[in-house]
Amino acid sequence: MTIAKNNSSRLLSFFDEFGKLSIFAVRFFKEVFKPPYEFSELLRQCYNIGIKSLLLVGVTGFIIGLVFTLQSRPTLQEFGAVSWMPSMVGISIIREIGPLVTALICAGRVGSGIGAELGSMRVTEQIDAMDVSGTNPFKYLVVTRVVAATLMLPILTIVGDALALYGSYLVEFNKDDVSLQLYFGEVFSALEFGDLIPSTIKTFFFGFAIGIVGCFKGYNCDKGTVGVGLAANEAVVYTSMLIFILDFIAVLLTDIFYE
Amino acid sequence: MSSNKELTQEKKIVVSIQDLFISFGDNHVLNGFSLELFEGENLVVMGKSGCGKSIMIKCLIGLQSVDSGSINIMGTEIANLEKEQLDDLRTEIGFLFQGSALYDSMSVRENLDFPLRRHTNKFGVLNNTDAMIIEALRSVGLESAIDLMPSELSGGMKRRIALARTLILKPKIILYDEPTTGLDPITSKEIVLLMKSIQETYKTSSIIITHDMDCARAISNRMILLIDGIAYVTGTFEELSKSIDPKVKAFFK
Repeated sequence: MTIAKNNSSRLLSFFDEFGKLSIFAVRFFKEVFKPPYEFSELLRQCYNIGIKSLLLVGVTGFIIGLVFTLQSRPTLQEFGAVSWMPSMVGISIIREIGPLVTALICAGRVGSGIGAELGSMRVTEQIDAMDVSGTNPFKYLVVTRVVAATLMLPILTIVGDALALYGSYLVEFNKDDVSLQLYFGEVFSALEFGDLIPSTIKTFFFGFAIGIVGCFKGYNCDKGTVGVGLAANEAVVYTSMLIFILDFIAVLLTDIFYE
Repeated sequence: MSSNKELTQEKKIVVSIQDLFISFGDNHVLNGFSLELFEGENLVVMGKSGCGKSIMIKCLIGLQSVDSGSINIMGTEIANLEKEQLDDLRTEIGFLFQGSALYDSMSVRENLDFPLRRHTNKFGVLNNTDAMIIEALRSVGLESAIDLMPSELSGGMKRRIALARTLILKPKIILYDEPTTGLDPITSKEIVLLMKSIQETYKTSSIIITHDMDCARAISNRMILLIDGIAYVTGTFEELSKSIDPKVKAFFK
């Protein structure tokens, strides 16, 4: 009886949270097109979210490219299909691994950062101070961060993909002395617009999810300093789950479109 | 109470709260609280911790919703205002937060510039806000801190900068939420003197929430004791300090 009660209250609180997040997202769309526009803050957030994540995304992408190629090589060699390596790595990285890994890294770095920053601003009454001075904290804090995350994630994904492919190329160069032109020629001959477009479009949605969940958790944070930690933590957990759900929907839609 | 009557007759009311009720679940914080603030007056509100003083001033500025009651500021009933109208009214009301609430990611200059740039209705489009920022910082004696970050300031300096940020929109009413809490006695005294000089220079009307008796004695024209969710007693510091009511006496021991 108690377990059933607990489960139903958890389910209720999930739907309550989801409803509040939806209202928060609707408010974002209402505010985003309304002047005045906070361009300088938007640029600052693009720098914080985009440029400051480049190293992490780049290094991770590069290592994934190296490891993926090293791990796949023996199996392909067994079937005498090493020449398929660039096509296989290219399709895997561009279609799925690149966008997903970049989004998960950003959920950790950016989502938790936004949750903690806005959470501590809420707890120390900085958001209230903006409110009482007659300015719009939602526009300044939330709109800029969500737009910046939405715009920066595709760029970070492209950089991550490029470095992953370069890492893969270095392994192939080391093993078989393959030239850069030949390797990338093989990669791009295997790719179609149908691989590039859906995987790029979904990164916009991943970026939006990271921004909106991080902001939602931070902006509505309470319970003092404990709440700040909780906001950062929940921002990462919820965003990661949302990214997998969005990825599944994107793959499903792409599949239907191709059929 | 003669001074109260004179004040009532001579000055106009800038803030009026009538029968304010606020509760959080079963916890009834305000049970019909009423208050009037006259033009040019410093009104101190005292009460035990958790009795609803901060909640009450947050209601005045629309940060806290009320269960029932009326709040009228300079002739405007705030319950009927749209968001834009409320924002315009807020430029006439300064609020000094207990923890100063300076924006961590901005320098002192940017902290003061932030509200100015966004109030083109009140000030027009400002190309150069430096003169206004320096004037506000000069009024709190901290022009030299203009390029410092909040993390480089002491508690007292933060409180002064927050006061300068409050002053920059040239408010007619200032709400102080425990302005001397967490400060040493000397810095507290400086803040109190500053509050008095602000009242004289800018002719502001203020509501001051405090537990600090020295602050209340030095700054109040009138005091209200908030007990059991109502304005239990009103009078000057001297009048209340001589009260024989045990609940009032408890504050002045």
